Amino acid sequence: MCLAVPAKIIDRTEFMATVDSDGVTRQVSLMLLPDAAVGDYVLIHAGFAIQSIDEEEAKRTLELFKEIERYAADS
Amino acid sequence: MRLTVEETGRAARFFADGIKRMASRPVRIMEVCGTHTVAIFRAGIRQLLPPEVELVSGPGCPVCVTPNEYIDTAIACSRCPDTVIATFGDMLRVPGSQSSLMAEKAQGADIRIVYSPLDSLRIARENPGKKVVFLAVGFETTAPTAAATVLQAEQQGLENFFVLSAHKLAPPALKAILAAPDSRIDGFLLPGHTAAISGLAPYRFVAEEHRVPAVVTGFEALDILQAIYLLLKQIAAGQPVLVNQYRRVVKSAGNPAAMRVLNQVYRPVDTVWRGFGVIAGSGLRLTAAYERYDAAAALPLVKAVSREPAGCRCGEVLRGLIVPAGCPHFGQSCTPEHPVGACMVSVEGACAAWYKYGQGRWHYE
Ligand code: SF4
Repeated sequence: MCLAVPAKIIDRTEFMATVDSDGVTRQVSLMLLPDAAVGDYVLIHAGFAIQSIDEEEAKRTLELFKEIERYAADS
Repeated sequence: MRLTVEETGRAARFFADGIKRMASRPVRIMEVCGTHTVAIFRAGIRQLLPPEVELVSGPGCPVCVTPNEYIDTAIACSRCPDTVIATFGDMLRVPGSQSSLMAEKAQGADIRIVYSPLDSLRIARENPGKKVVFLAVGFETTAPTAAATVLQAEQQGLENFFVLSAHKLAPPALKAILAAPDSRIDGFLLPGHTAAISGLAPYRFVAEEHRVPAVVTGFEALDILQAIYLLLKQIAAGQPVLVNQYRRVVKSAGNPAAMRVLNQVYRPVDTVWRGFGVIAGSGLRLTAAYERYDAAAALPLVKAVSREPAGCRCGEVLRGLIVPAGCPHFGQSCTPEHPVGACMVSVEGACAAWYKYGQGRWHYE
């Protein structure tokens, strides 16, 4: 029930947005994330965008995992 | 940018090795959130952990902690004339005291599955002669979506839309677990998506007041492994703090707009949790300004006397006191096809996850 999926906003009109999640587009409400803009990555839950995904932080997490991977490969 | 399968495997091994190295004594870690429970099973994380590290499920499956009394009230709603029930699919099969929504639907009750509370507004608009009741279940992640839907109903002047709220807040349940003398939890994997809404502040008491390590984490296998690694680091150092592993989604302040909507429409009340009894300030009820949307007040309900299923040990499962296989019904008289208790119904339920992913066969049996 609590499943939330990441998606990209590709269009917005007032408080509704069209988002793309792995090639599937759908309409979601932006009432809970009024400042979201086209191009943003957001988390979708129950028909609403509930939080934006910070791309810098996402990259940092991946970089960390990669660094660890290098460390693990060396040791 | 994504990690390749090999990169993921090696990073996972790094965390798993670190966990093994640090696990010098038995520790019990609670994954509070049902979505974590499922992710842990699906990724095979339990097999990567040394026997010293035990993972127990917590009260974070909203369907599971909803007591029979609520299901019975929902069933009573479905029996009212000209009433449509709109609900997330999980709720359908949960056994109430005498029936389930599924059984009521088979007998002709108008019960429809929705994916968003907004769908129930559409049903209300299309059926002006009927009363549409949305079964509002879920934690901080879901409650703002229902609250926003109530605001929409008001804006659209809909008078035939109602909610039956069983919304709950996660932190008070953690308080209840930490206050119980028999819980013995050495660390918490905290639910990333509730914290994405509420922010970190409501979870700080875990480390600050109870001195128990806590990590807010995401739902990928590596997120969870890293979180367990970070918990063991804290346990080894004896320095409990709240760590945010899921910074790409969880901001310290959460989602203020969602919290505003939530607090406008709902207020905290004491409420009953399956397995816990009443937990102070843990439920959400419509505020005075929105009381007219309360289904329990608006419909003439004739409700069965509620009782919990005999022998079901969901209560102990939800408090992390036993694993599902410790229940005598498990896999015998209780299966996902014929669930006795709520924990076997929802895909996020601990009993259902144990059953689906190996029936608890793995190393800790
Ligand atoms: S196995 Fe079934 S009866 Fe036992 S605790 Fe789980 S849901 Fe309840």
